[in-house]
Amino acid sequence: MPATAIYPEPVIRRVEVAAPIAAEQAAERTDEVKISTEHVSISYGAKVAVRDVSLIVQPRSILALIGPSGSGKSTFLRCFNRMNDLIAGASVEGDVCLDGENVMDPQVSVVELRRRVGMVFQRPNPFPMSIYENVAYGPRRRGQNDKRSLDELIETSLKRAALWDEVKDDLRRKSGLALSGGQQQRLCIARVLATEPEVILMDEPASALDPVSTLRIEELMRELREAYTIVIVTHNMQQAARVSDVTAFFTMAEDRAGYLVEVGPTGQIFTRPNERLTEDYISGRFG
Amino acid sequence: MTATARPSPRPSTAPKPSLRSKTSRGSALADRAATVVMWGTGVFVLLLLGSIIVHFALAASTVVSLSFLFSDPSGSTLGGILPVLWNSIYMLALTMLIAVPVGLAGGIYMSEYAGDNVVTNAIRFAEESISSVPSIVVGLFGLILFVDNAHWGFTALAGALALTFFNLPLMTRLSEQALRAVPQDERSASLALGATKWQTIRHVVVPLAIPGLITGVILTAGRVFGEAAVLLFTAGIGTPPHYDFTNFDLTSPVSPWSPMRPATTLSVYIYKLNSEGLGAFKNQIVDGCAAVLIGMVLIFNLGARLIGRVLTRRMTAA
Repeated sequence: MPATAIYPEPVIRRVEVAAPIAAEQAAERTDEVKISTEHVSISYGAKVAVRDVSLIVQPRSILALIGPSGSGKSTFLRCFNRMNDLIAGASVEGDVCLDGENVMDPQVSVVELRRRVGMVFQRPNPFPMSIYENVAYGPRRRGQNDKRSLDELIETSLKRAALWDEVKDDLRRKSGLALSGGQQQRLCIARVLATEPEVILMDEPASALDPVSTLRIEELMRELREAYTIVIVTHNMQQAARVSDVTAFFTMAEDRAGYLVEVGPTGQIFTRPNERLTEDYISGRFG
Repeated sequence: MTATARPSPRPSTAPKPSLRSKTSRGSALADRAATVVMWGTGVFVLLLLGSIIVHFALAASTVVSLSFLFSDPSGSTLGGILPVLWNSIYMLALTMLIAVPVGLAGGIYMSEYAGDNVVTNAIRFAEESISSVPSIVVGLFGLILFVDNAHWGFTALAGALALTFFNLPLMTRLSEQALRAVPQDERSASLALGATKWQTIRHVVVPLAIPGLITGVILTAGRVFGEAAVLLFTAGIGTPPHYDFTNFDLTSPVSPWSPMRPATTLSVYIYKLNSEGLGAFKNQIVDGCAAVLIGMVLIFNLGARLIGRVLTRRMTAA
């Protein structure tokens, strides 16, 4: 049965989300907002990819974007660091605010934005350089070349990405490409951490990895959550359930534009979703 | 979603062809034939190349010596080829000095900045067209523009500019292709880390494209070494005088360092000797020149690959 018979209009709601953290903490954090989007629509030429999405992301929480292929999750994710700018014909309407500042403003420097909002891609994509140079790439580009502080930064970044012990002996000799897929992805995470971002975007970061590597990445995300705000796109619903604090479910309308069905605490989305579409999707009846 | 009839997932019960059927034997035969043809072609090409090299190496073994490489031509004895050897190297350096930076910049523009539109497609079409203009026509063009209209006469500079005109489209095209072959992922990764577009080009795209760029340089250089037609009309064909390598006057018409002097190269010299040479040692000198030319191309190509490897390493570190 076509979904629009039940929901003639895309259901867009702004849900005040509370991360599943200690209740008193939650109480004092409800008005903390790291990222907010207001009526964000993204089009490629005439084709609308994402329509009218409004939501907020709290600091030091993990938001998971789930939904079927083509529902615009990745496209939506890429508007947080304006990677959509790189796609010819892509246009974004609405506001995306980072700490209250609209990143869509033409005055905003995308270079500065991307230093504060890092990104990990679906396919691990280390540069064909040594492990050291991979992690040093971001800091070097903003003029940090002092060897001592760079060494230190690289060590902390690799430690935080849980890769240090595996690579510390051949940092400069071994190419990033010589690592296993899971290690490469952790290297990419370390590379992002070295630019000292506040937000980390992850576009299906574990979809190309084996189950053991996937679990390591998930563990890592839970640790990073202590210090960073993380938004992850995932096709794997168990992953969303395991790692995220808040889940947003996207699907697409009859005209194939993606939209946000609902967003809420992960526990609630996976046990008592408000929308029938969400329930159908997470229980495997659709998508 | 409308339901459509789907084929049954169970294996068909229709009789299956025998494992020894004719069709499978036919395609096995074709497979074997293809293997034989491919190997045969490869071996043929290698033999051809090998026989050329062996022929000139044998011929050269009696001619090429240090004194052949490092003395002036002589009318009555075997003499040497120092001035023309020097001119080949000089023309290569001068042409590459102009063609490589401009070609690389053009390639970067075409690959990273220009995008795909009517104008860039027109530029690509023009590149292909100029590349396929017969070199004798390019030579005539150089003759009219530089030698006559600019009143430079036959000069190394006129030759180098005509060669650049001839080679730039190829260099630009090959650079563009080498740069485009760098995966988009690498650019995204760099930009997402807060690198600017230029930093991305400088530190990721160009270093990763170096093997392809070196191929462009080698192909361009090969045309400079081998080109005779373009240079006949621009750099001159006369037997060079004795060069005084201590004369560094860059405007002098006799200094070997000056671009404003005639510069007969090895290829042109071979052409000249073969068409109008009379001396008793003509054939030996031509064989010797050919061997030296092949040797230079080989040394240059290996050297370029080596430099490319060092460059990649230097550019991706620090």
